[in-house]
Amino acid sequence: MARLRKPKLPGLIGGLGITFKTMLKGNVTVQYPHEREDPAPRARGVIALKEENCTVCMLCARQCPDWCIYIEGHKEKRPPRREGGRERTVSVLDRFDIDYALCMYCGICVEVCPFDALHWSPEYEYSEFRIAPLLHDKVKLGEWEATVPETEPLELGAEVKGKK
Amino acid sequence: MIHLAVDAGWGLTLGIKTVIVLGLIPLGALILGYTFLLKMMSHMQSRLGPMEAGPHGTLQLVADGVKFLQKEDIMPAESDRYVFAIAPAVVVMSTFLIFIVIPAGPKLVVDNLDVGVFYALAVSSLSVVGVLMAGWSSANKFALLGALRAAAQLIAYELPLLLAVVGVVMQAGTMDLQGIVGAQANGSIFGWSGIGNPFILTQFVGFGLFLVASQAELTQTPFDMPVAESELVSGYMVEYTGFRFLFFFIGEFGTAFAFAALAATLFLGGWAIPGVTNTGLMEVLGPIVLFTKLMIVAFLMFWVRFTYPRLREDQLQALAWKVLIPVALANILITGIFKVAF
Amino acid sequence: MSTTDTPMPRLPELEVDRRAWRHLADAAVGVELDTGDMILNLGPQHPATHGTLRLVVRLDGERVLAADPVIGYMHRGYEKLTEVRSYPQITTLINRIDWLSSFANEVPFIHGAEKLMSIEAPPRAQYIRTILTELSRIATFVLFLGEMGLQLGALTPAFWGFRDREHVLNLIEGVTGGRFHPNFNRIGGIKDDLPWGWINETRNVMKIVIDACVDFENVLAGNEIFEARTRSIGIIPGGLGAAYGVSGSNLRASGVDWDLRRDGKPYLAYPELDFKVWTHPDGDSWSRYWVRLQETRESALMVLQLLDQLPSGPIMAKVPRIIKVPEGEIWVETENPLGQMGYYIVSKGATGPFRVKIRSASFSNVSILPWLLRGVYVPDVITILASLYFILGDIDR
Repeated sequence: MARLRKPKLPGLIGGLGITFKTMLKGNVTVQYPHEREDPAPRARGVIALKEENCTVCMLCARQCPDWCIYIEGHKEKRPPRREGGRERTVSVLDRFDIDYALCMYCGICVEVCPFDALHWSPEYEYSEFRIAPLLHDKVKLGEWEATVPETEPLELGAEVKGKK
Repeated sequence: MIHLAVDAGWGLTLGIKTVIVLGLIPLGALILGYTFLLKMMSHMQSRLGPMEAGPHGTLQLVADGVKFLQKEDIMPAESDRYVFAIAPAVVVMSTFLIFIVIPAGPKLVVDNLDVGVFYALAVSSLSVVGVLMAGWSSANKFALLGALRAAAQLIAYELPLLLAVVGVVMQAGTMDLQGIVGAQANGSIFGWSGIGNPFILTQFVGFGLFLVASQAELTQTPFDMPVAESELVSGYMVEYTGFRFLFFFIGEFGTAFAFAALAATLFLGGWAIPGVTNTGLMEVLGPIVLFTKLMIVAFLMFWVRFTYPRLREDQLQALAWKVLIPVALANILITGIFKVAF
Repeated sequence: MSTTDTPMPRLPELEVDRRAWRHLADAAVGVELDTGDMILNLGPQHPATHGTLRLVVRLDGERVLAADPVIGYMHRGYEKLTEVRSYPQITTLINRIDWLSSFANEVPFIHGAEKLMSIEAPPRAQYIRTILTELSRIATFVLFLGEMGLQLGALTPAFWGFRDREHVLNLIEGVTGGRFHPNFNRIGGIKDDLPWGWINETRNVMKIVIDACVDFENVLAGNEIFEARTRSIGIIPGGLGAAYGVSGSNLRASGVDWDLRRDGKPYLAYPELDFKVWTHPDGDSWSRYWVRLQETRESALMVLQLLDQLPSGPIMAKVPRIIKVPEGEIWVETENPLGQMGYYIVSKGATGPFRVKIRSASFSNVSILPWLLRGVYVPDVITILASLYFILGDIDR
């Protein structure tokens, strides 16, 4: 059975005291856009694409719960690496769009990519006045790569050093 | 009469007084609204409040006023159109009428009635009619609930308000406000007249009652059942938009200004600084002194408003009838005994 | 794995008032309009109903004669959605059931899937999951402490609730990347490990939370006006509450000493923790507020304990690359901040479940409203709604 803690002053006066104290203590407002608060390095702000790693395996587009990734690619023939070898076929990425109007920021695409082509970046200031520009294409996604932070150190006791 | 440098006629004097009072209400509402509603409340809530409009958000209420003025004037289809339109005016009218008797200097009063304080409290209760009109004509159940609660509450708290002031009147010996200010400025405490005799020292019970009752008259938390934001979403004002809502808003803060000024006059000494008798100087300093004192009272009122939750309607009524009125009557009794004994 | 291997945990002796059942039948939609009574629609858009809950009350003056909650305005079809999604995708979606304490929603689901696969997450993963669950409990409750004051008219504590919640959300963002929707559980463990410096930050934030609890206690719980508004309002008798399915802090505030973290099947790191289950003998709104206040403090102390005991090691067990959960059915329930949340997962061996039944806490908490709201005043309706603390996403799924 729990005990009630009787406040020392009548509660009404005590309440007034706390409000007064808070008034004098200072505020917690960050005056955006004059001041900015930087989110944590892991914050899921926007997804960046490293095009040279992508092999058009379509895993991210398939796993996305919202189906907001649109991928188109074609196969091309490349000359063999050595004399007398076969011709290689490579997949070339034609179109890689992420529709941020649909994106849930869940991160499944970043996680399932076997070739480390997608990365999270904590950038969040890309709002638009219309919905159409929220479809970021290959070029724009490549630009976000510059904002991807370095892998950060982990706490003591973690087995894997750095995150993927 | 207002003492003017130039001897003006009756019409011009009336015109100037009207303009001053009409201008004073929104200005007072603006100042109170900005200082307490926007800044003090924000700081109590660990935030900054408006900062963009004007330096540190001083012009925010002006911007709000302009915004309200340019809104569409919507009237509910089933409402009683004439009553709906007139109701805000009735509420604000009672505020204007209070300002007639409040003195800001030795001669700075619109009309120093002999029944000053009685008149002020009487006209402040006219706002009940306006509130009922607003709630009924809105054709909205929430508004009706709010208006009925308001009517019951405002009527119930008239009595403690009045009875609290009776003690002051008994001590001052007069009902007109200049006389009360004079009694405080020229009075003495047990023979020492250093700070005059502000009635808050002897009538502290009355001061407390006046504050509580005026909090209820203004339908401010903890007595804001009629306007309970999280239940009735503005209660009787819920159907009002645009400049009619602006009227209610100005009425609410203007009345807060008026009641704070009344409390400062009745209990804290009004415009007078004890010891300073230079009337010319007081004509200029008086309004400033009164303003300072009323800001102190308003600070107390708004401090309580932003801290406490609201009382339920029946608890509110029980507080008025079972606690405040007996305390007020006891206060009158004791004041009477002291008045006769000393 | 069948659901009947362990016996049902024992609830205390229940005294069900037979008259209570009559009101379930009365709560039909479409309350008749009698002369002299007024029907008030605390409509889907209302500040007091925490979302799109519609409460049709029949009033006599200011007294409620009958009340009828109409839910479903926010139904998003979760159980249908889960039929066509895989387990990682579902983990993302179910964050959004109870959006204030989103991590806690993932835990029973992942726990159930792991049990079906007979996989145990490593201890470090269990500990971090527990820490995040308790953090989300703190986040929810701190908001509750503030916004119950708001429902009652005290404007200021609501902002303090949001302010203190920000610290916890920043912590969750530091680990998972998302403030509201962590999406951090994976079958077999968790996604990432803790970043450097997080443990110290968490310790500081827990101190802030404990100080904030003292503030809330003085400004609200000890305030005479708050007590006048909440004492003896909305009393839920313990046995009746359990019969209606009320769970969590609401039931503990009625004196029922029942907490799934201690009394249910063991899950996460709770068996290794030393914590107190707070109850209160009255069943009124004040005690619900008080119990949640104490539980917030208790959660902060639990997080500090967990941080001290945090084992090192891997955070993910060995799982195959393509996760296919073997056939079977399982029922898992956990103590979520809002109450008892449970998932009944039916799996037919595919990458996604065949059927998931979600038992959400608020759905049952709201079912007691027709009984609870008879004869109270309109302002008390607001108090009761605030003190029961349901989230619409949780009711409607």
